Amino acid sequence: MAGGWKGDQRWSDVTPKQAWLDRRALLAGAGAAGLASLAGAAVAGLGAKPSRWSTDEPPTAYEHITSYNNFYEFGTGKEDPAREAHRLTIDPWSVRIDGLVERPGTYDLGDLLKGVTLEERIYRFRCVEAWSAVIPWVGFELRDLLNRVGVSPSAKYVAFETLLRPEEMPGTRRRVLDWPYREGLRLDEAMHPLTILATGLYDEPLPKQNGAPIRLVVPWKYGFKSIKSIVRITLTDTQPYCTWNQANPREYGFYSNVNPNVDHPRWSQATERRIGEGLFARRRPTLMFNGYEKEVAGLYAGMDLRKFY
Amino acid sequence: MGRIVDLTNRALRRVAPSVLYVLAPLPAGWWLWQGFTGGLGAEPIRALEQRLGEAGLQLLIAVLAVTPLRRYLGLNLLRFRRALALVGFFYICLHLLAWLALDMNLLWGQIFADIARRPYITVGMLGFVLMVPLALTSSDRAIRRLGPAQWRRLHRLAYPAVLLGACHYLLLVKGWQWEPVIYLAATCVLLALRLETGAGGRRRSAQ
Repeated sequence: MAGGWKGDQRWSDVTPKQAWLDRRALLAGAGAAGLASLAGAAVAGLGAKPSRWSTDEPPTAYEHITSYNNFYEFGTGKEDPAREAHRLTIDPWSVRIDGLVERPGTYDLGDLLKGVTLEERIYRFRCVEAWSAVIPWVGFELRDLLNRVGVSPSAKYVAFETLLRPEEMPGTRRRVLDWPYREGLRLDEAMHPLTILATGLYDEPLPKQNGAPIRLVVPWKYGFKSIKSIVRITLTDTQPYCTWNQANPREYGFYSNVNPNVDHPRWSQATERRIGEGLFARRRPTLMFNGYEKEVAGLYAGMDLRKFY
Repeated sequence: MGRIVDLTNRALRRVAPSVLYVLAPLPAGWWLWQGFTGGLGAEPIRALEQRLGEAGLQLLIAVLAVTPLRRYLGLNLLRFRRALALVGFFYICLHLLAWLALDMNLLWGQIFADIARRPYITVGMLGFVLMVPLALTSSDRAIRRLGPAQWRRLHRLAYPAVLLGACHYLLLVKGWQWEPVIYLAATCVLLALRLETGAGGRRRSAQ
């Protein structure tokens, strides 16, 4: 397990769970209700195992991660998903896996999760809109799933699709985007150990506004690549359709790797602001590949990242 | 309809325009307080910036509505126009300040690069610059010094200024969203009403 790891974080650097639970308790103030719900959450935890891939940066408060979201299926306002996503039915849930795979089929979510080891992955998360967060995801590596269903040798890409259910997703009644939301990765990106399917947050089941019951997390790419509420995964040999890329190819590339040197046409990507830091939050420099350069730069060796943005 | 307008006009005659200078800035103070105390959510800087900008745009669109309201409905808000415009300018100043200090942390390199290279910032900045001479010549003394004809000509800059402000909003959102489209449409309609009656307006001012 230690083989590929060259990061400078140590196990001891990871914030102990009790420490961030305490921080949340402080944030919740002296309110007895808040403390009670925290105690409940701690009991109902998913029991995810810590991971050496986690950052040691302090996680953004649960309240902020779950109240400031881009999930256009529920509206374009940042607060819309937290207000509207409760309508979403996430049980039953199945994921269709098809294309160039050896065992295609429609899998029940419970079957997909059987036998996987849930890990806590505390990742930096950088939105294309120049805000960021540190998020304690719970999930498992996408490559575990891909290996289980068997990737055909001719597969080169993985395509993903979000649920489209207008009666539960008010934002999809208007054509803000070309629904259903779709995203894609190159196969080697999908097989990278940093790429996970997340089913939880802060050791609890994933809130609906964050993409329940299962979503992708690719921490070195802008947030919109990390597609939410996945219902279909397709292995293909051609570059998949990606919703934002199709909506505006000049602004949103297929790769969309976090890169402080390649600006969005309408704003700079050189700096970012962490959410939850208040009215006097300072901008911080954006890191190449969102700080995962050592781990993922090799995937793009020899590529002109200004051209393949 | 005419009766309601008459009653409104009569009631408004008893209201001093200076009331606006006291009441209109109150929301700004309230938002700032919310920002300090966590009431603006996870990204209070962006929330504050957007609310200030939107309020500024709303007030400036209200300024453009004063003349058409009088011409087509007989509603006379002329006495309030200067106060509306100055408070609108005040909100735009706060919006700009929030961007410079809170959002950009006075990183002047990035600020000037953004003004030069990002169309929505260029457009917004241009709108602000056009409003500065209008605010500076808003006193009775300035009107006397410039003379009414020249003052009126100068203050036509308000039209492109508000139009640029509405474009600034439209250019900054991701995808197609309703609100900026509505503001821009309202601005265009209010400006078009002036084009249509431009000749008549000039005759009246010559009398």
